[in-house]
Amino acid sequence: MNRVVVTGFGPVTPVGVGVDVFWEALTAGRSGIDRIQRFDPSGLPVQIAGEVRNISPDDWMTPKEAKRTDRAVHLAIAAAKLAWADAGEPSVDRARTGVMFSTGIGGLESLLKQHLVLLEKGPDRVSPFMVPMLMPNAAAGHVAMAFGFTGPNACITTACAAGSHAVGEAFRLIKYGLADVCIAGGTEASVLPLTVAGFAQMQALTRNPDPEKASRPFDKDRDGFVLSEGAGALVVEEAGRAVSRGARIYAEVCGYGASADAYHITAPEPEGLGAIQALQAALEEAGESPDGVDYINAHGTSTQLNDAAETRAVKKTLGGHAYRVAVSSTKSMTGHMLGAAGAVEAGVTAMAVHTGRMPPTINYETPDEECDLDYVPNQARQGDVRLGLSNAFGFGGHNAVVALRRFED
Amino acid sequence: MEMAELEQKVCKILADNLSVPEDQVTPAARFQEDLDADSLDLVEAVLALEEEFGVTIPEEEMEGVKTVGQAIQLVATKLGVAA
Repeated sequence: MNRVVVTGFGPVTPVGVGVDVFWEALTAGRSGIDRIQRFDPSGLPVQIAGEVRNISPDDWMTPKEAKRTDRAVHLAIAAAKLAWADAGEPSVDRARTGVMFSTGIGGLESLLKQHLVLLEKGPDRVSPFMVPMLMPNAAAGHVAMAFGFTGPNACITTACAAGSHAVGEAFRLIKYGLADVCIAGGTEASVLPLTVAGFAQMQALTRNPDPEKASRPFDKDRDGFVLSEGAGALVVEEAGRAVSRGARIYAEVCGYGASADAYHITAPEPEGLGAIQALQAALEEAGESPDGVDYINAHGTSTQLNDAAETRAVKKTLGGHAYRVAVSSTKSMTGHMLGAAGAVEAGVTAMAVHTGRMPPTINYETPDEECDLDYVPNQARQGDVRLGLSNAFGFGGHNAVVALRRFED
Repeated sequence: MEMAELEQKVCKILADNLSVPEDQVTPAARFQEDLDADSLDLVEAVLALEEEFGVTIPEEEMEGVKTVGQAIQLVATKLGVAA
């Protein structure tokens, strides 16, 4: 069986685009949340979100490609190209190079525009590009086309766990010899009036009007997540080839645990049983004991239910060691990028392993008795991070945990 | 509308719609070979022409259309513009 390492990272987030800018902002504790600017949010119950600013699809695609694709694909292509450049643009066997690119929702903005055309102008005016623009797997297809990679290619659509499943499944493809290299990522561009309304109706979004204070995972006064857009991509490759080409290795992907709550379509199982199962599976595959964990990048959405259930799951999995582990939620700064979150956060965890720098949970002010772990409050911390876990849990009851370890040849 | 004006308008719409420089969109230009337009691009371009000129161009009438000049002629016929 092959070992698998992360050699490239391309974050496209409200906090920053590109690994240097993103990592600097994230470890400085800067929030990327603001009043919505891509449309006028007046009249919506929530008017803040995390938007990716200063990005033009024309920097990453031809004008024609940009026009024929949804923003979810624009962000995905940017992330994939950034990750590939960050990995040093390795030469690869294209047939042995795969793409696992997830999304939670897909090209919803394109769908809505064309639905308006249907209603206002009739079926004969609907764009022939409507279907390829809205389909969730569009990013996986376009990333493969951009690079000419003909290896295994899929889009896993597991809501807020989707990005983690992409990383985990890419890891397995390489581990079991089905591919040499993969671009694994997630994308989401669903900050739209309809999604704001829908998530608000679920009581899932925070009503805190102060953009930079609104996402406050594990804080007692948390009251929901901040909707964000973004994308993230990792280059994962077989360790031997990465070493022989002299690649800079961020971390080894050493374990992946996936499970289902089989409990409720949106609420987490309150004891965190599904999450525990995924955490244990990831540790088992990594051959690690709970005591070996140094850092956890939490799912930490800033909802009452998630943060309490996740804390319970971490405590049940790690036992007494849970209180010695640094657990931070970078959603406090990025907001919740849904299907992109897991991919970005796996990258964050790899960076924490690589640099020993653990980004903080910002807006942590008032402790909650249900959330009593070390959440790296408000200030990044330097330490020895040998083993990190990245948690992601999605509507549908999907749980995915990726384990990343310092690579030792 | 004069034919020259129509020609100019059609070329401009096609250039915008197919994201190609305007100087490439000449009556002799072939959609597939010269303008890199596939069948879906052509459907989208026809939608734009229909929208602009308020005409209906059924799929079967588009079948033989391979060049920009043929598209201009099709629109001209619909609008009753003489060459």
